[in-house]
Amino acid sequence: MLEPRDEADLAEIVADAAASGRKLELRGGGTKAAFGAPREAELVSLAGLTGVVDYDPAELVLTVRAGTLLSDVQALVAGEGQMLAFEPWGAAGATIGGTMAAGVAGSRRITAGSARDHLLGLTAVSGRGEVFVAGAKVVKNVTGYDLPKLMAGSWGRIGAMAELTLKVLPAPREVVTLAARGLAPAAAHVAMACALGSNAEVSAAAALADGTVLLRVAGFAPSVAARCAALLGLMAGHGAVERMDTAEAALMWQRAMTGAGLAGSVRWDVHLPARAAAALIAALPEGAEWAMDWGGGRVWVCGEAEDDAVRQMAAGLGGEARLIAAPDAMRARIAAFHPRAKGVAALEARVRRAFDPGGVFVTGRFAEDADADAICA
Amino acid sequence: MSIAMPVPDSATLAKRERIARALRAIVPGEGVIDAPEALTPWESDGLTAYRQPPLLVVLPETTAQVSAVLAWCHAEGVKVVPRGAGTSLSGGALPLADAVLLGLGKFKRVLDIDYEDRVAVVQPGVTNLAITQAVEGRGFYYAPDPSSQIACTIGGNVAENSGGVHCLKYGLTTNNVLGVEIVMMDGEIVRLGGRHLDPGGLDLLGVVVGSEGLLGVVTEVTVRILPRPETARAVLVGFPDAEQAGACVAQVIAEGIIPAGMEMMDRPAIHAAEAFVQVGYPLDVGALLIVEVDGPAAECDFLIGEIARIANANGAVTSRVSDGEAERMAFWAGRKAAFPAVGRISPDYLCMDGTIPRRRLPDVLRRMEELSEEYGLRVANVFHAGDGNLHPLILYDANVPGELDKAEAFGADILRLCVAVGGVLTGEHGVGIEKRDLMPEMFSEADLKQQQRVKCAFDPELLLNPGKVFPVLHRCAELGRMHVHHGALPHPELPRF
Repeated sequence: MLEPRDEADLAEIVADAAASGRKLELRGGGTKAAFGAPREAELVSLAGLTGVVDYDPAELVLTVRAGTLLSDVQALVAGEGQMLAFEPWGAAGATIGGTMAAGVAGSRRITAGSARDHLLGLTAVSGRGEVFVAGAKVVKNVTGYDLPKLMAGSWGRIGAMAELTLKVLPAPREVVTLAARGLAPAAAHVAMACALGSNAEVSAAAALADGTVLLRVAGFAPSVAARCAALLGLMAGHGAVERMDTAEAALMWQRAMTGAGLAGSVRWDVHLPARAAAALIAALPEGAEWAMDWGGGRVWVCGEAEDDAVRQMAAGLGGEARLIAAPDAMRARIAAFHPRAKGVAALEARVRRAFDPGGVFVTGRFAEDADADAICA
Repeated sequence: MSIAMPVPDSATLAKRERIARALRAIVPGEGVIDAPEALTPWESDGLTAYRQPPLLVVLPETTAQVSAVLAWCHAEGVKVVPRGAGTSLSGGALPLADAVLLGLGKFKRVLDIDYEDRVAVVQPGVTNLAITQAVEGRGFYYAPDPSSQIACTIGGNVAENSGGVHCLKYGLTTNNVLGVEIVMMDGEIVRLGGRHLDPGGLDLLGVVVGSEGLLGVVTEVTVRILPRPETARAVLVGFPDAEQAGACVAQVIAEGIIPAGMEMMDRPAIHAAEAFVQVGYPLDVGALLIVEVDGPAAECDFLIGEIARIANANGAVTSRVSDGEAERMAFWAGRKAAFPAVGRISPDYLCMDGTIPRRRLPDVLRRMEELSEEYGLRVANVFHAGDGNLHPLILYDANVPGELDKAEAFGADILRLCVAVGGVLTGEHGVGIEKRDLMPEMFSEADLKQQQRVKCAFDPELLLNPGKVFPVLHRCAELGRMHVHHGALPHPELPRF
């Protein structure tokens, strides 16, 4: 494993690999290494690039090196009463760079935006081994192409981020969870849509297979009290709604946000129009387990079936499914990402080549790597 | 007036009639405009100092027509400039003599509204405000609100990544768009994003938003709509100087409050605005803040109290809370009229659009005052204080020989200053042609090359909106500015900023 100490090292490593035709897999904490097809590639660990470069809470901007632990970043901003509003989560050891490269966003995503919405700027090394900067270190900027958006969720396929500038926001002073019980998936979606469509400013909404619907109300105390009172009235027709104990709520949100506790060796992350979630769930095979987040816009599905039936269902409902975890043989056979339409796949391949003409980051982890070779040959 | 556009291609100019015939075959009837006198209304966008009649104008009505027009132009090597409502302040839709101007004005339909999932699907020629109007009956709205929202279109908003005074809390266009259909220069139609969140694969939607019409022509947009906040209130606070006002802004945010809007004006801007609209701004203060909060009434009451406390702690000398919707609107009226107000006190002005880290505001204002003395030109400042986006207005008289040059040099120094303190060239108006040649102030050659390579992935022949965003030649930096001659704003009927 190659372990650059700084941006210059990193650039040298990539340039050298590009020149000699080697393949590199970028790695943060390695917590998502099982995502994508099994492959053989030389690893480059970014875990050595750590530390805070600049943080001024009143500016709402944090600049940090890519290998800094996500948990350290979260503790740092929490110490100033702030948060990463996209609610990233990960296993112990997850880095901020890896979290951003994977586009990880939690329950608050539905109202606060995703990882990509909070990446303001970056310094990265392209597949040419060139250092480039994109975006900026201020919250409002439209100068040049928004390359940080491309980098968020790119899974290390277009460049190696060395330094990230993130937008941070004040953390709410008070967070209350209201819960309804006994709602089947269709009723749960209607209840969540009702709450999210109200002006009670629900910041997150999720539903579990035991019939629990979770609504999160966050902000300043007088506002939270007023909005909870309004929601109790508004939700009267959607089962008994009551305030949930904080400890229980934390556990329930964790299950909805991460799919934790769902049994099965095959795990799908389905993103679809929220109104289609109940239909997806109704069509799942016997024994499959699920949890809904984002008001129904995300459904975790776990089971044992080693086929792509879930993906086909998601596509039929206007959504898509990514394969998060599965036995090796299945991951070798079924692509991690939902296949893109032909024109989009070709465009993606050309954009990847714009950053990485020699394919130094093409490791076989993703099926579209093969497409890129075919399209750009 | 010294920004050079690419030299027109004589072969294209020579085949103008053939191009018109071919495009008429694709868009019949009135869809192609080529009579020279009929081209005049199309010769400029919101940056009216720059004028150029297009080769001809085509106004398709369907995505299939857009695709056919682009495919034909691609095959023939003819350049294309896309255009929404033409309100760009940076010259993003400036025509070229040898380019077809592709207007999306006929794409005016709201295609679908899904209140349950809170999305609207609209055509690109729908105005920003019309989206809100389409959904407000059910208590929803579309959040980004550029001040030109009664005229600017959502397609143009996508191209420019438009903001508005509420973007600190609600985000720019990019944070509120879920999907687009675009037609690429070779005529291929692709859909990026959709009605669901966070599709896998590269975030091509993210790079198309704000690409200033260089990557593709937007033919459909899916946006998020939000429930309208229960209420909104504003407070008007005066400070002896901008430094104290800036400290107040920093403390409001540090204490965890993200106001819906937070605007600052300096003494010259306050006086100009008050003389123009008489809304009762205090005239004996050095800086004025307008802070707006929205949400449940209980929240607004609480936050107004907190903001008043923080303002007093930072030396506020006057404070007024809006009593009712009419007074809240009045507070904004002066701010929104700041530009025409300055146009009344000076024959001409240049408008800059940089963003700085807010903590550098006192340094930047001090340096700007020094520059003002050095150049012998007055400057008035309006400022999106929450997010650090400055709009210095440089006052000059174009009839005084050399004064425009001085104003431009002053403006260039201000933008260099913004970049030097860690800020950017443009917070919301876009690069266009206006700041094109200043890009090397902010980006290295390697950075710019990387951006240009993305352009090449979408449009390898560089036929779509050429001459914009990227400096054609390495020349002395031009200015980030909006030209205003004798107080004549482009689209004078629109509120600005």
